[in-house]
Amino acid sequence: MAKYDAIVVGAGHNGLTNAAYLARSGLKVLVVERMPWIGGAAVSREIEKGWIYSNCSYVCSLLRPEIFRDLELARHGLQIVPYGGGVSITSSGDILGNYTDEDVQRREFARHNPRDADAYHRYSTDVMRQCKFIRPLLLRTPPDPTSFKPRDLREMIFLGRELNKFGEQFIYDTLRFYSMSIADFLNEYFESDAIKCHLSGSGIIGSAMGVYSPGTAYVLLHHYMGDVDGSIGAWGFARGGMGAVSKAIANSFKSFGGEIVTDAPVARVIVKGGRVTGVATENGNEYHADIVVSNLDPRRTFTKIFDPRDLPPAIVEKAHNWKIRGSSGKLNIALDGLPEFPALGKNNPLAYGDMHFLDSLEKMERAYDDWKNGTWSKEPYLDLLIPSLTDPTMAPPGKHFMSVFVQYVPPFIHGREWTDADREGFKNTVLDQIGRYSPNFKSLVRHVECRTPRELENEVGLTEGNIFQGELTMDQLLFNRPFPGYAQYHGPVKGFYMCGSGTHPGGGVMAAPGANAAREILMDLRRPNIVPEGWRDD
Amino acid sequence: MSIKDEMNRKEHFRKAVWETPFHPRTSALNSVNEWHRWKDYTTADVFFDTALEYAAIRNACAVFDLTPMTKHLITGPDALAFLNRLVTRDVAKIKPGRVGYCVWCDDNGQVIDDGTVFHLREGVFRLCSQERQLDWLSRSAHGFDVKIVEDTHEVAALALQGPTSCAVLKAIGCAGAEMMKPFDIRYFPFAGSELMVSRTGFTGDLGYELWIDPPRALELWDALFDKGENHGIRPMGTHALEVARIEAGFIAAQVDFHCANQAIMLDRSRSPFELDLGRLVDFSKPNFNGRRALLEEKKKGSRFRFVRLDVEGNKPARSAYIYDKDKNVVGTVTSAEWSPSAKANIAYASMHMPWGRPDDELWAEIYYQRELKWSRVMARCRVVEGVFWDPPRRRATPAADF
Amino acid sequence: MTDRDRIVVIGGGHNGLVCAAFLARAGREVIVLEAAAQVGGAAVTREFTKGFRASGCAHLSYLLDAGIARDLKLASHGLKWARTGLKTVALASAGDHLVLDGGKLESGTLSESDRAALAAYHAQMLRFARVLAKQHNRQPPRLGGGGRSDFMGAAKLGLDIRLLGRDSMREFLRIAGINIYDVLEEKFESPLLQGALALDAVLGANLGPRSNNSILALLHRLSGQSNGNNGFSLPEGGMGAIGEAMAAAARAAGATIRTGSPVARITLEGDVVSGVELENGEKIAARTVVSNADPARTLLSLLGARHLETGFVHRVRHIRMKGMAAKLHLALDALPAFARLPAELAGERLLISPDLVYLEHAFDHAKYGQCSPEPALEITIPSVHDKTLAPAGKHVLSAIVQYAPHDPRASGDGPRRELLEHTLGVLERHAPGLRRQIVGSELLLPADIERVFRITGGHWHHGELALDQMMMVRPVPGAAQYAMPVTGLFLCGAGCHPGGGVMGAAGRNAANAVLATERAA
Repeated sequence: MAKYDAIVVGAGHNGLTNAAYLARSGLKVLVVERMPWIGGAAVSREIEKGWIYSNCSYVCSLLRPEIFRDLELARHGLQIVPYGGGVSITSSGDILGNYTDEDVQRREFARHNPRDADAYHRYSTDVMRQCKFIRPLLLRTPPDPTSFKPRDLREMIFLGRELNKFGEQFIYDTLRFYSMSIADFLNEYFESDAIKCHLSGSGIIGSAMGVYSPGTAYVLLHHYMGDVDGSIGAWGFARGGMGAVSKAIANSFKSFGGEIVTDAPVARVIVKGGRVTGVATENGNEYHADIVVSNLDPRRTFTKIFDPRDLPPAIVEKAHNWKIRGSSGKLNIALDGLPEFPALGKNNPLAYGDMHFLDSLEKMERAYDDWKNGTWSKEPYLDLLIPSLTDPTMAPPGKHFMSVFVQYVPPFIHGREWTDADREGFKNTVLDQIGRYSPNFKSLVRHVECRTPRELENEVGLTEGNIFQGELTMDQLLFNRPFPGYAQYHGPVKGFYMCGSGTHPGGGVMAAPGANAAREILMDLRRPNIVPEGWRDD
Repeated sequence: MSIKDEMNRKEHFRKAVWETPFHPRTSALNSVNEWHRWKDYTTADVFFDTALEYAAIRNACAVFDLTPMTKHLITGPDALAFLNRLVTRDVAKIKPGRVGYCVWCDDNGQVIDDGTVFHLREGVFRLCSQERQLDWLSRSAHGFDVKIVEDTHEVAALALQGPTSCAVLKAIGCAGAEMMKPFDIRYFPFAGSELMVSRTGFTGDLGYELWIDPPRALELWDALFDKGENHGIRPMGTHALEVARIEAGFIAAQVDFHCANQAIMLDRSRSPFELDLGRLVDFSKPNFNGRRALLEEKKKGSRFRFVRLDVEGNKPARSAYIYDKDKNVVGTVTSAEWSPSAKANIAYASMHMPWGRPDDELWAEIYYQRELKWSRVMARCRVVEGVFWDPPRRRATPAADF
Repeated sequence: MTDRDRIVVIGGGHNGLVCAAFLARAGREVIVLEAAAQVGGAAVTREFTKGFRASGCAHLSYLLDAGIARDLKLASHGLKWARTGLKTVALASAGDHLVLDGGKLESGTLSESDRAALAAYHAQMLRFARVLAKQHNRQPPRLGGGGRSDFMGAAKLGLDIRLLGRDSMREFLRIAGINIYDVLEEKFESPLLQGALALDAVLGANLGPRSNNSILALLHRLSGQSNGNNGFSLPEGGMGAIGEAMAAAARAAGATIRTGSPVARITLEGDVVSGVELENGEKIAARTVVSNADPARTLLSLLGARHLETGFVHRVRHIRMKGMAAKLHLALDALPAFARLPAELAGERLLISPDLVYLEHAFDHAKYGQCSPEPALEITIPSVHDKTLAPAGKHVLSAIVQYAPHDPRASGDGPRRELLEHTLGVLERHAPGLRRQIVGSELLLPADIERVFRITGGHWHHGELALDQMMMVRPVPGAAQYAMPVTGLFLCGAGCHPGGGVMGAAGRNAANAVLATERAA
């Protein structure tokens, strides 16, 4: 069979980014994808005729602009459209909206608590300082703190310098930021529960932790550190749904001569004499290359596509211990019209953004308790968007597509597999919650694609449906991601690399893990590095 | 709809920028229709001609709408103790009926903002500032029996500045206004309400600030322009005020220094000493925010020096780098204007220590454009002691009818 | 020597006494002012029912710094041990109990892999705890802005972690910031073993087993053992005996200790400490005041926020210091009989925490201001080993009850009655008939601990021990070096590094800081 320089397993956005950089460097690269379509969790599919669903990921901010420009994604068809708005609606009918205008935002907070309105400035400044610190680290390989290699020492010093740049207090603040709960963190700024709720959502999205769990403040940062055209923390839509991102990266990859085979689930990475030689697919094909890169999550990589005898036993154990808890679900809904939210009134631009139905931190924490107890939240946290209000390609004129991200949804119900009845119950829980805030919503529902962790795992391949390919907690971040000693994209077998969101800097449609892994591969091959190392901003 | 109702309306965003109570008059007079945003409000840049508006400040009198300025009312048994912990100078010396210019610092002795403390009545204070300070003030209030409310929208305010301003005041019924000393506050009956007048301003000239209930705002305006007609009264916009401010030696938050509590990077903020405001720091007070850090700075030396520069030539040195004689960057200009009164090309600059001494050889790198052609000049700068414009009438009491 | 050279120590808790003893040994005139009628602070033995005495707060000694005990000759000042090295019994609701001696299973049923994992886990945790233990007697460094000694301090910490060896260092960096639930899920099969091991990570903390930071809390708890002391031990006469011995050592070194002398405020001249004023109006001049009270009480109440700066006050106000542990004392007319537990084991450390889910559920209620309907317990019956605590033949049961909120939603005496009922219910299940043996009882909720021991928030540790509140950020960032911003004021309590537990290290470190400041002046 054909011999390649490198094979990437999985055509998610990171796998494709990795492949694109390798191909651009002149390597002959093959991407092998299990499904009939590419994209992994960055995918658009027309499930209901005329409606484009962003089936999994649904908004874009973290995608590194350095990579966007480098891979000429605009030329390959990608357009990121910022959206305004976003609102939390309380059960009493009050609202808390997001406004880009500083004074309007302040007044909105002041309606709830005048002091908090001014404190928001302090909050934004402190969070922005953390963003400024972390952004230059996204496109760098984490140093190994146990190593004395010159490069690791150099990177450790770089890290120290970056920390020091912001001063003594910042070092302490960083320590605190990375270990506190989002609720405790917000308590240092705000009094109003409504405001705290509104801001805390970003601390729990995709995470099997509650707002009171230490460690959630960092998760918030993970959602803030992106940007749309330099506006840090802003989010946008990929025009045509999130599949447009992977499609553009794939086109870029192909323009460098890359090849993609779909419908080709990899059965095994072939290891001979302690190094990889290629992959074998379930349909019996073999593809050969001295380099194999996995876009799969660490658990799946080391427990599903390797013969355990080819791996050091410690790695298999680490893969089993990898925290990749499913905690999210998704409803994709085709609507025959625009639902009305009486709390917002008519033509309220807040509806263009992410909507939430929130009352108190306690209610959010109780949603997490349900998850711990093995069931979906009875009052889940929803991140609801109607992309078709902004992107006309998502639904026929006058019709709408609604994307509803749901936190929390367990990977198993009381320890057993999901049943179809469970799924129906979960779906109704979500539809009922929306219905309580939008009387005409249910009558407009034309089709619902309901995705529990089971579907996310079976279709996208994310173990337990964890959207980040592994929890964003301190034991799984930076030089611990995915495993201590393996955070530099190299696997335990010669020629094997990892490039998924399970590696630094983690999940979200960022493409940084894929790019960083490509840099390591090129360095190992002693080829010139063509992967950018993040723009500096101060 | 009142501002208060407007603020509490869910759909307040439909009107993002508000109009001050004087807007019916200012908009009628704004012949060039040039406005910009100042916090919640729209405010005039220019009414008809910046040079003429400026001339009114120095020659007759001009009126500026300063309603948008952030105001906080501070009351309660501990109000004085609270303010004395907040700001660097001794507020006990600001007696009832007096005003004081202050800065306040964070724990590191870096300036958060500058502003004026009005000792309205015994134990009742108003703090006016550039930035909204409710968060910092509320956090600073822990352990003090004080009440702090932001009352920006509950007070309409005008600056009446220029040599004939006192005459206009008297003409509208403020009998005895001439006896007010600089930084005095007096209350006068006006239109069935009370008009508060302070002898304060941002122009370095004889001038007053007038504070009134918003519903009486138009009556005040009308009275001023009616009685002021014979005294050369004019409305002025921000551009004219800016020229006067720099001539008079006043610094502006977010222009000449970055507010410390909004600074993301360490080296962006400044201490009072680094803004040439050492006179406002009173170490004889046992404690105020930043005291320990400022004592330390006194010992170790400052990082920056704030200077006023007289720049060779007539091209304003806006945003210019300052070089030493070896072409090293040693500072940056924060504000610069041509001074029509001093006929000087003036600038403020923040210099790296030790630069900015009187004898230093300094050069400003100025870019300017004529007929789309860009030119660059290196202009020699001289460090100036004192301010560029400081007429005796600024302080004279009784104020004459100039 | 003038009055002004005197040093006043506010609070005769164990850290205050240690601090006073070391300062007095260095030749300083020291006065300790204790509000209560007896010394010891939270290391105190109280009569709660006529004839029955119990350690009022902490009920086991496991962190006492061996070096301090030696230097202060606590043994010669009367400290005797009724029992050292208590075993741990994980009480099973049905089936057999696990009796553990460190990492060794003495009796009970565990799978082969759990036994091996237990030994490895115990050894590894002790190794990691040793990293913390090494920091106990060091002043935490300032980061960033500090001087050479700060740099060296930070470097030493880095070196201690590196000295673990590469694999252990990696494991340490991986788990240091996370939670006991995840680690135990990785390592063990037995729910009972998991439950028991998890309880040690959350005792006294405002954490559930799933809460990150619980590993750190565990390592802190183990740091005494890792440092070579005797494990869980019972002083003769209860924990108050430790306080008494420290007080004796301080007095022997020349310190004056005045009990029943509550301090009303710390007085200043300008921005320099001038002494203290007692609640009865008496003024005592001193150039140095060292406070054993918690940081919030010292800085916000005794000193006053107005003498500090806004940012600093903000940080002090936001120290997380709400206790979640209640303390139960029962006077019993006989030794309780725990089901299927041999009587000779009744005096060991008994844990009721049957599994991780049980423990997490107990925590869930407290998150919302309710007392756990099924609390987890650490039980000791010290009277088994110590006849001084109860009349002959009778017994004292002391239990730490998790969880009880500091600010219960329900007001009045409801929460106390409710928690007492819940706790007795749990106890009765494990020791049928226990209720009938009760001749007196006392339950201290966190709010009571706040009141009785004058600890803001009623948190044993004077502030949660978590990554964001330990070492160089304890009590607050930028002030971890015992000296407070006001000249002459020092902290020496558990609110400082290295934190709570009857250890004494904070007291000694503070004494060193006082002496170093004098030398520098």
